[in-house]
Amino acid sequence: MTGAQILVEELINQGVDTVFGYPGGQVLNIYDELYKNAHRIKHILTAHEQGAVHAADGYARVLDKPGVVIATSGPGATNLVTGIANAYLDSIPVIAITGNVSTELLGRDSFQEVDIVGITQPIVKHNYIVRDVADLERIIKEAFLIANTGRKGPVLIDLPKSVQVSEWEYKNEAKVSVKNLVPSGNCDISEAVEAIKRSKRPFIYCGGGVSAAGAGEEIMALSRKLSAPVGLSMMGISSIPHSFEYNLGMCGMHGRYASSAAQANADLIIAAGVRFSDRATGNTREYSKRCTVIHIDIDASEIGKNVSPKIGLCGDIKTVIKRLINEVPEQKNAQWLKDIEEFKAVETGFTNGSFNPKNIINLINSSFDEDTVVATDVGQHQMWVAQHYRFEKSRRLLTSGGLGTMGFGMGAAIGGCIANDRKPTVLFTSDGSFGMNLIEMATAVSNNLPLVVVVLNNGTLGMVRQWQTAFFEKRYSNTTLDRKTDFPLLAKAFGAKGYSAETLEQLRDIVENKLDFNGPSLIDCKIDKDERVLPFIPPGGSIKDIVLN
Amino acid sequence: MKEKFTVSLIVSNHFGVLNRVSGLYSKRNYNIDSLAVGVTENPEYSRITIVSTGDDYMKEQVVKQLEKLHDVKKVVLLDRENSIGVEHMLIKLRITEEAKPQISGLVVEYGGNILDFSNEFVTAEITGSSEKIDNFIEEARKFGILEVCRSGLIAMIHGTENIMSVNDIE
Repeated sequence: MTGAQILVEELINQGVDTVFGYPGGQVLNIYDELYKNAHRIKHILTAHEQGAVHAADGYARVLDKPGVVIATSGPGATNLVTGIANAYLDSIPVIAITGNVSTELLGRDSFQEVDIVGITQPIVKHNYIVRDVADLERIIKEAFLIANTGRKGPVLIDLPKSVQVSEWEYKNEAKVSVKNLVPSGNCDISEAVEAIKRSKRPFIYCGGGVSAAGAGEEIMALSRKLSAPVGLSMMGISSIPHSFEYNLGMCGMHGRYASSAAQANADLIIAAGVRFSDRATGNTREYSKRCTVIHIDIDASEIGKNVSPKIGLCGDIKTVIKRLINEVPEQKNAQWLKDIEEFKAVETGFTNGSFNPKNIINLINSSFDEDTVVATDVGQHQMWVAQHYRFEKSRRLLTSGGLGTMGFGMGAAIGGCIANDRKPTVLFTSDGSFGMNLIEMATAVSNNLPLVVVVLNNGTLGMVRQWQTAFFEKRYSNTTLDRKTDFPLLAKAFGAKGYSAETLEQLRDIVENKLDFNGPSLIDCKIDKDERVLPFIPPGGSIKDIVLN
Repeated sequence: MKEKFTVSLIVSNHFGVLNRVSGLYSKRNYNIDSLAVGVTENPEYSRITIVSTGDDYMKEQVVKQLEKLHDVKKVVLLDRENSIGVEHMLIKLRITEEAKPQISGLVVEYGGNILDFSNEFVTAEITGSSEKIDNFIEEARKFGILEVCRSGLIAMIHGTENIMSVNDIE
């Protein structure tokens, strides 16, 4: 077999039935094999490689299996960089396959040659350049194992043209081993158990690691047993149902007041699968001074990286939480739960009429079932979705948590929609973010994907504007978008449906009567440019500094 | 409190691995004071010795982050108590008739050898602890140093234990 054949056979062997990508000069052989094997493995052609890598990322988030993206050498490869970094920051298993010039041309600045292995080194779990076709099968197997084991993340395989055409036997028996990537979870929990017993105001803080471990049930069982409220990082949203009685929602810079207040007033924080990002914790030095922190994570390097916990438990979250549940006695904590009810009563409001982000999100939310995949872009709309959308099912929010990638949404929604059996999929975006990768509307049209793109259109880069309002005396440098783009008309130009709404009644009419789900639709929602994301804890601040209204 | 510390690594012996290791240091904002690398008795593996300056937080993070690299097979933190460390230096000095015996004496005193010389210069090799090398440089300064090339520290655990037999840090 040729290297290109081995690649496609091994992808199929790994259970890959869908790949995203864009062809080019140095991946012609791979694309030829994809053509011949189209009945076994489907290729989704995007309009830009960035869209493809975000699609692979969104696909992986929904299905909990590696998403695969293919791009050519040079610019094809560099166009993946943002998407790879995005997957890395959110610990999403993505396999990126790039073509490169033949091995004898490497290092000569050949046409469309870049050192993509060097470029992506800081943003992958591991990467490879394959120099000998004899190594190819093992490398692909190893790449999938690394991407999907322990703390997940992207792996890149750079495949020079000469390796794609070289012949080697494909036996499907290459042996791979990765070193101790997965701690057992048999860590000593006795200290943690004692700390929990002593606690009167326990708080459970969940991150993306809970989703990755599929440990939502265990978290809820522990929460019930301890009468402990649960707060979520943005990556933790949808790891437990919104309706779970102790779920307070997102905490942190733009978190719900009750969740941030509970976190601030707790005497014990059980942090599971979080990395204490500065957006979620504010001042990390102060964070662990006022309470006992138990940090549970599968990645040993996360324990103590941003916050020094009193107790660090390195292991699989599901295993560790189960063991804790077995060892800790039931707690009532009546006073603490009363405090929580008081925190919940604190209202933070939208002031600018009824056609505001909260009401728009609620209307969309109640029009789609809980299995619906919801993607976002980055900025104010993302925070509003994180605050107000009621996620009941895990792996249904696709959002760029760590990297904060404007333009993530279109690709992610495409990948998420395909992963979720092409069911109707919602993308909340904004005029700023949508502008970055709106070309992927073409992809959604070509594939008849039932995307509903809700553009919260305020004519500005709202989140940056909000900071300019708060910290730069309203000097709105380059955040006012003096664009005249007609989004519904643009959608129609792509072959999608386009609507615009200026009232909730109009929006309801569109959602209930006009959407047909035979392909993508866009709804342009004009909102006030001075709508802010509240609450807001300024960077490095604490609950004392929270801005509510 | 910041102090010097040494990390000893066993890594796969193929290209790009040094880049991954040094790239991790720069990505995480850790400095490198010295770095020495060479193949081990098993040609599949290389050994890297890195000296850095940092506090306990950085020490712990360096080890944990290095352990995550696929090509890194073993990471051990070495300190003065549990290890021996030496550096090798080549030093080229300007020479004059009157300084010649003094320079020879200094090299002998430090247990070094003269490898190359003429009427204008002498090149010596000195081996020993980093402090010893530093001291030699200070003493040689008055003769006029033409150039210095230090290997960076190489280090090993005391006693019968070897790097692969040390338990991983919990």
